[in-house]
Amino acid sequence: MSRARRSDPAESPVLEDRAQEHLRFIRSAMERAGSFTAVPGWGGVAMGITALAAAWLASRAVTPEAWLSTWLVESVVAFLIGCAAIRVKAARSGTPLFDGSARRFALTLAPPIAAGAIATVALARQGQTGILPGLWLLLYGAAVVTGGAASVRVVPLLGVSLMALGAAALAAPAGWGDAFLAAGFGGLQIGFGVYIARRHGG
Amino acid sequence: MAEPSRKRRIEGGDVHRDRPRGKSDPTAPPESLAALDRLIHERVRLGIVSALAVNDSLTFQELKDLLGVTDGNLSVHARRLEEAGYIACKKTFALRVPRSEYRLTPEGRRALERHLEHLAAVIRWARS
Repeated sequence: MSRARRSDPAESPVLEDRAQEHLRFIRSAMERAGSFTAVPGWGGVAMGITALAAAWLASRAVTPEAWLSTWLVESVVAFLIGCAAIRVKAARSGTPLFDGSARRFALTLAPPIAAGAIATVALARQGQTGILPGLWLLLYGAAVVTGGAASVRVVPLLGVSLMALGAAALAAPAGWGDAFLAAGFGGLQIGFGVYIARRHGG
Repeated sequence: MAEPSRKRRIEGGDVHRDRPRGKSDPTAPPESLAALDRLIHERVRLGIVSALAVNDSLTFQELKDLLGVTDGNLSVHARRLEEAGYIACKKTFALRVPRSEYRLTPEGRRALERHLEHLAAVIRWARS
């Protein structure tokens, strides 16, 4: 029977087309399924907008304390926005908040953020606020890379971009700190946030 | 005679009855696409298995959104795969809301790999 089919010139193209169509279906299902991420795109956009506002306010601060206070308030606002956005996205996708990818993302994000908070306190006490923008971008980028390691590719790419910006900020004059923070926490987060929101479910 | 055989497949006890021959005997041509593992050959079930192959786990709602099927349709096909041991379902409650979380089992992953191998064998044979 198989010999007969092999010799039938009309059979092979039909079978090949059907097999190819099956493979396309499998590839498509895998691609769509692989695009799910707990990282909230619109949350990133909101965090980016508040970061731009913070950068504008901080650039007008007259004392290092006022400058630091502005960014500390921004970090709390961004944290709350991030938590709310992860919660909303997890609820929309039916993913358990404390037993799913959102939890893994938050847990892997936390260590570099905690390291950044400790380093901030230590450096602020010594009055070395000039290197904080680079340090924050570097550690937040590292947090996004580790947190997004199991996510869609664009998330760790955002982290690497933030790290590169942080490295550049550390090499640049201290006076450019707010511009780097606006570019990283603002521009990059808004850009990547819009992309994630449009391509990866909100 | 045909009915018991079909029933066994539905119950997952003999899902490899039509197991492809491609890998164990590469010179033997696959007769047709009908020789595929029928359990995951069906579109919704193939979609479930493919989606779970690239995720640790997916919830019922995520699978439903991905595949664009109704609750009832997804339930039926997911149960078939569960009965065959291809996927595992963990049912939990979050804030009193029931959640079903699905994972691909090692057997399910092997079944998908066999399916892909057979499709590749069909294409090779058709081109020869």
